[in-house]
Amino acid sequence: MSEDFSKGYLDMELLRFTTAGSVDDGKSTLIGRLLYDSKAIFEDQMESIERASLKTGDGEVNLALLTDGLRAEREQGITIDVAYRYFATPKRKFIIADTPGHVQYTRNMVTGASTANVALILIDARNGVIEQTLRHAFIASLLQIPHIIVCINKMDLVDFKEETFEKIKNDFDNIATKLDVHDIRFVPISAKLGDNVVDRSKNMGWYDGPTLLYLLENIHIASDINFDDARFPVQYVIRPMKDEYHDYRGYAGRIEGGVFHTGDKVKVLPSGLTSKIKSIDVFEGHVEEAFAPQSITLSLEDDIDISRGDLIIKDNGLPKSGQDIEMMMCWFHEKPMVLGGKYTLKHTTNDLRCVIRDVNYKIDVNTLEHIEGDKKVGLNDIAKITLKTTKPLYYDSYRKNRKTGSVILIDEATNNTVAAGMIL
Amino acid sequence: MDNKYTINHLRELEAESMYVIREVVAQFENPCMLFSGGKDSIVMFHLARKAFWPARIPFPLMHIDTGHNFQETLDYRDKLMAETETKLVVRYVQDTIDQGKAVDEVGVNASRNKIQTITLLDAIEDLKFDCAMGGGRRDEEKARAKERFFSHRDEFGQWDPKNQRPELWNIFNGKKNMGEHFRVFPISNWTEMDVWQYILLENIPIPSLYFSHEREVIERDGTILAAGEFVTLKEDEVPEKRIIRFRTIGDMTCTGAVESKANSLEEIIEEVAATRITERGGRYDDKRSEAAMEDRKKEGYF
Repeated sequence: MSEDFSKGYLDMELLRFTTAGSVDDGKSTLIGRLLYDSKAIFEDQMESIERASLKTGDGEVNLALLTDGLRAEREQGITIDVAYRYFATPKRKFIIADTPGHVQYTRNMVTGASTANVALILIDARNGVIEQTLRHAFIASLLQIPHIIVCINKMDLVDFKEETFEKIKNDFDNIATKLDVHDIRFVPISAKLGDNVVDRSKNMGWYDGPTLLYLLENIHIASDINFDDARFPVQYVIRPMKDEYHDYRGYAGRIEGGVFHTGDKVKVLPSGLTSKIKSIDVFEGHVEEAFAPQSITLSLEDDIDISRGDLIIKDNGLPKSGQDIEMMMCWFHEKPMVLGGKYTLKHTTNDLRCVIRDVNYKIDVNTLEHIEGDKKVGLNDIAKITLKTTKPLYYDSYRKNRKTGSVILIDEATNNTVAAGMIL
Repeated sequence: MDNKYTINHLRELEAESMYVIREVVAQFENPCMLFSGGKDSIVMFHLARKAFWPARIPFPLMHIDTGHNFQETLDYRDKLMAETETKLVVRYVQDTIDQGKAVDEVGVNASRNKIQTITLLDAIEDLKFDCAMGGGRRDEEKARAKERFFSHRDEFGQWDPKNQRPELWNIFNGKKNMGEHFRVFPISNWTEMDVWQYILLENIPIPSLYFSHEREVIERDGTILAAGEFVTLKEDEVPEKRIIRFRTIGDMTCTGAVESKANSLEEIIEEVAATRITERGGRYDDKRSEAAMEDRKKEGYF
């Protein structure tokens, strides 16, 4: 094995992306194409979809069948839930959160978007920007996905015309001005034929931009994490009960923002007590510095009372704190939200209770208009709400940090996850 | 990677898995980790040791033993448990059969793969585990692609794929009622290649079965099976010696081998990169039907 090979895989980055679009936009075909052309599809998987294609009588091999995992989905040709797919190129490993695009599946799209660096939004070149496109773009913006790639698909069905591409691009730019998105790219593709997906199109000489895969491999994602404000939610306290570590107390967790060094002055919230980092402990020994999103264990110079749910920060970049919290919320459950109702709220490693105080407005996801006065929030609704927590929460706005600015709500009677919130 | 603060894909997966394992210990009262001696559970166990270092891992491991294991796997398992001072619980499928709760399949394709689910669910109930971590990966099989990290099971241990809890960011909801439990899959986002690269990166010892060796085998419907006391031969089948290695390690009756000369981790990685068949492609248990895995998972399989 060559040096290059072993070094090569050690330089690979991880990129997570989500795909929004309905079956009709050719979303599954696009994913099938990415997997197939990047050789992530294996012979036995190919045989299995060939068999399944015969069964449904499609005539040709249906790449969409690769992504439909459950029996009902294959039989009905629908996607029920978020499915995760994997492929890799020498530059990056990719995780695709593949979500169905129908209006009733806002909840799945929000789920898939929550961890994504990139959103792929598919547009059928024949139809252009439609209501659904706006909905997908809005959710990408609401969930603060840092990069959006708009794939204008089925270019083969509009004779690969540049004017069609340009018109759709302009239309999308117009709606993007209403949204909080910063990095938008456009690629004209034919997922079915493979044009500009992995290989450059021979049919669109007028397009001199990158292919979709090139963008996915090269979009700069290293700055997507907030490295300014140090955030370390304590997940678990490690006490070894071994002779050689008799007095050891380590605070285990994942760094959700910023950088920590040995010797740094830190503050623990909510107590407000301060100390210094004695060591940053990992299995191999100690490291001098650690940063988001690493999982580490901190030990401190002083013996202070710290438990799960506490937040360790540094002196600069203090989080917000309070009990009355405003957020954008997406409701996930058939059972509607109860105004004045009590829910369990999970925020980083914290569990507490909250009561929904007010619905400020709802958003019509198809027009982005605010609906005032309607306080009923049901499945797939997106609303700005105010809630009150039983004790102060230490948080950031979601725009500043997606990890310390997000919450989920749990129904105390059923234990179901009923809502996701992005703190304003 | 020009930014100073970047980590490669393996370190990011590692950080995610350690976070998930720590969440399990924080959220559940009596969790366990399923261990088969295969590479995925070996990696998961390694991640657990990292997550709680310098303490010992605060939960037992559990092996559901079909009785059809390779001796190499059992030797490896016992040595690893002794060296790391880890508590291991072993539950035997044979006991489930002796208690009359399951019947051994007979015939040439007989396998205990399906009935080990009964042993697993019994053990979870008996030992009052409220969470069992497993080494399942979403890239293994298409029903697994829809699985959550924290997967809720009803009081019958069943999975309801259409009624799963949404899972956002890294906030995991492990709340449940009495009698219910969770399956948690810390290495959900790893692929077969990630697992091998990580084993190389971390220099983790693995059972010798994964490396090329000579063994008596038979070939049945394109799958190479180890000829041994647990595999019933068809009339026309004659065992022959071949140079093979195993891509997955499980029950001898359904674990397929590949002809291979790969003798080091580097060579295995090269082989995995070049191969065009998924690792479960060699698993006889998945060939039974298009939805074989989905059906077994709904019943409470790993």
